Amino acid sequence: MKKDGTDNMEAYLDNSATTPVSEGVAQVVMKAMTEDFGNPSSKHLKGMEAERLVRQAQEEIASTLHVAPEEIFFTSGGTESNNWALIGSAMANRRAGNHIITTSVEHAAVLRPLAFLEEEGFSVTYLSVDAHGHISVEDLKQALTKETILVSIMYVNNEIGALEPVAEAGEVIREWNRAHHTEVLFHVDAIQAYGKYRIAPRKLGIDLLSVSGHKIHGPKGSGFLYIRQKVKIKPLILGGGQQKGMRSGTDNVPGAAGLGEAAKEVYTEFDRKIAGMLACRRRLIEGLKEIEGVLLVTDEDEACSAPHIVSCACEGVRAEVLLHALEEKGIYVSSGSACSSNKKTPVSSVIQEIHLRKNLQESVIRFSFSDRTTVEEIDYALDVLRQLLPVLRRYSRR
Amino acid sequence: MVFRTFLLKYGEIGIKGKNRGQFEDALVAQVRYALEKVEGEFEVSKEQGRIYVNALGAEDSFDAEEVIQALQRVFGLVGICQVLKMPVSDPERIAENAVSFMAQTYHMTPAPEGAEAEVKMASPEEDAMTFKVHTRRANKQYPMSSMDVDALVGERLLSAFPGRMKVDVHHPEVMVYVEIREEVYIYSRIIPGPGGMPVGTNGRAQLLLSGGIDSPVAGWMIAKRGVILDATYFHAPPYTSERAKQKVVDLAKLVARYSGPIRLHVVNFTDIQLAIYDKCPHDELTIIMRRYMMKIAERFAQQDGSMGLITGESIGQVASQTIQSLVCTDDAASMPVFRPLIGFDKQDIIDLSLKIGTYDTSIQPFEDCCTIFVAKHPVTKPRLDIIKRSEEKLKDIIDDMLETAVNSAETIRIS
Repeated sequence: MKKDGTDNMEAYLDNSATTPVSEGVAQVVMKAMTEDFGNPSSKHLKGMEAERLVRQAQEEIASTLHVAPEEIFFTSGGTESNNWALIGSAMANRRAGNHIITTSVEHAAVLRPLAFLEEEGFSVTYLSVDAHGHISVEDLKQALTKETILVSIMYVNNEIGALEPVAEAGEVIREWNRAHHTEVLFHVDAIQAYGKYRIAPRKLGIDLLSVSGHKIHGPKGSGFLYIRQKVKIKPLILGGGQQKGMRSGTDNVPGAAGLGEAAKEVYTEFDRKIAGMLACRRRLIEGLKEIEGVLLVTDEDEACSAPHIVSCACEGVRAEVLLHALEEKGIYVSSGSACSSNKKTPVSSVIQEIHLRKNLQESVIRFSFSDRTTVEEIDYALDVLRQLLPVLRRYSRR
Repeated sequence: MVFRTFLLKYGEIGIKGKNRGQFEDALVAQVRYALEKVEGEFEVSKEQGRIYVNALGAEDSFDAEEVIQALQRVFGLVGICQVLKMPVSDPERIAENAVSFMAQTYHMTPAPEGAEAEVKMASPEEDAMTFKVHTRRANKQYPMSSMDVDALVGERLLSAFPGRMKVDVHHPEVMVYVEIREEVYIYSRIIPGPGGMPVGTNGRAQLLLSGGIDSPVAGWMIAKRGVILDATYFHAPPYTSERAKQKVVDLAKLVARYSGPIRLHVVNFTDIQLAIYDKCPHDELTIIMRRYMMKIAERFAQQDGSMGLITGESIGQVASQTIQSLVCTDDAASMPVFRPLIGFDKQDIIDLSLKIGTYDTSIQPFEDCCTIFVAKHPVTKPRLDIIKRSEEKLKDIIDDMLETAVNSAETIRIS
């Protein structure tokens, strides 16, 4: 929390949208832009220096996942990672089958590429979720067929913070592959989970893992895709053959270096940071439960829900109005659904999928934390919320 | 060869008698304003009922397309012609220039000289372009009559483009104009201008600008009649967002491409809206709200020296635009309210907004303050006496609130 010149409090509680770049990352990026500015593809010294930065970033990231540096491929961010993982692997394995399994609550960066694959002749099964946004592993078992080539499940849902049973799903897929001598691939969108959980793809049976830089205090326009060695996947971006021909285009050296630094930082003092977020989460949930007409959408159970996302519905107040009212008090949140007076914009799929009461669907807001979020900020947000809600409820459409 | 001169034709203002000079000056000023944002340096001159734009500097210092596009937004212009300008010289020189002008304008290659005897025999092709030469000899000193110039230029064109061109004096596809004045001007295409009257010749009015499709079009239509625009926008934070306001600023910029600079007054309307909501019947909310909007816009109109208000209303489009509702909102203003779209169907308005380029911005989905508290069943046939009685409930507070709204408004200069 900071105070500006007018003594106004500020609480940035929209860290699942994006996070500020850390001081350390900014320095690394700056240096990569101004000093080590070479093109890693160049054969001279300047190129080598730049290449070293990219490799170092690969190593830093790989060590957080306990995988090999060669398995880390840099992308322009989470959306590209997801697109590549899905389209690239589906295209490379289409002879083995044409069936893909995913969940009904994935981010658009997964749902849209899958819709594209459906147009290309693939068939996609969408697993439904319970009231807290969790799939059932039993459903996954039932959905697997001889035609299945790929399963894509998000680690943490971006809107309500639901933690999906990734480890169990990985086990189910592994067993299926063993029993049927198949190689169904497992992709995990970990964009909201990386930096919040210790993720070991090998242990979890994950073949492809998408991560975005700017959700973990890294630069926007940076991200990576973990590709387990021997996974069959086609490149989507063709050209000069950078990154072993898997992702062409001059390496984004500052982005990669910044992402490597961000990865290193986010897993430094990891337990303390998570404990801090959990403290915020508990404080917020506790406070929200005491406010009349506020319904917690996020699962209170910490074992099935991410430490940094709390989403709730405020009865009788449209999310967007509440968002702007909070904004006036220096509090920044997200609306769970984009709503408009003419109802042209549908409520978000997750909110529909969890079967929230109709009158609450347009009232969902999301608070999301980073390791910098303080309990004082939470208290301030709760205070403001307690003041605002009765006023806003008085003036609603009748 | 680059044709660096543009001949601008204007219509209606030609008939304004003694005021003509004033109108022409306004038009020249608007042309200069429009060209300010165009790459290159231009000289604008007025002579003998004509306005000429000359591109100065190197040949590649301007883009004719861009010049024409900018001029097409200058109200008062009915035609824009890119012309070849040359000193007065003998008819053969003129004909020669006419050939190269036509070659370049219609992408044709003139036949080499000497092939002449042969080409005269060539019969016109099926798709030969029909044309007619029209000479105007304003310079009566010129030794050859206009008919003779017509004939000579026509002949040279026929032999330069054998088979490609064909004379048709009744229904030509293209005209070749030769104007002999202090200089000689040759041109063919007349690109239509927007018509109307030059902005600045018909006073000033205040546009009630929302983020919708209609009001920018209404403003454009009034500006087209030579009226300078200012605008008032009502926002209602936190019920409307900063993005909604940005959208209105963007719309004002689009309108300003035609109308010239606009003073945009952004009024915080939240408190007034909430007061109406608290004290007045909900089905009358929109109509009462619109009445106060009129009153506030009128205050700005007075400040800005405007003589009227402009709205985008059209009869019956929504509950607040029935005849009865219009009577009620009209009553709130003492100035005349111009409603140029009053008889338009929605589709007509959309077509116009597409034409002037505001549509894509207008349809961005941000809530505006007219819709946030809208009642499920708003009154469609309000009675003025009843509405006024409802407003009585606000009488203790409303004057102060209007005053605050006016005084706290933010004024943005749009150009």
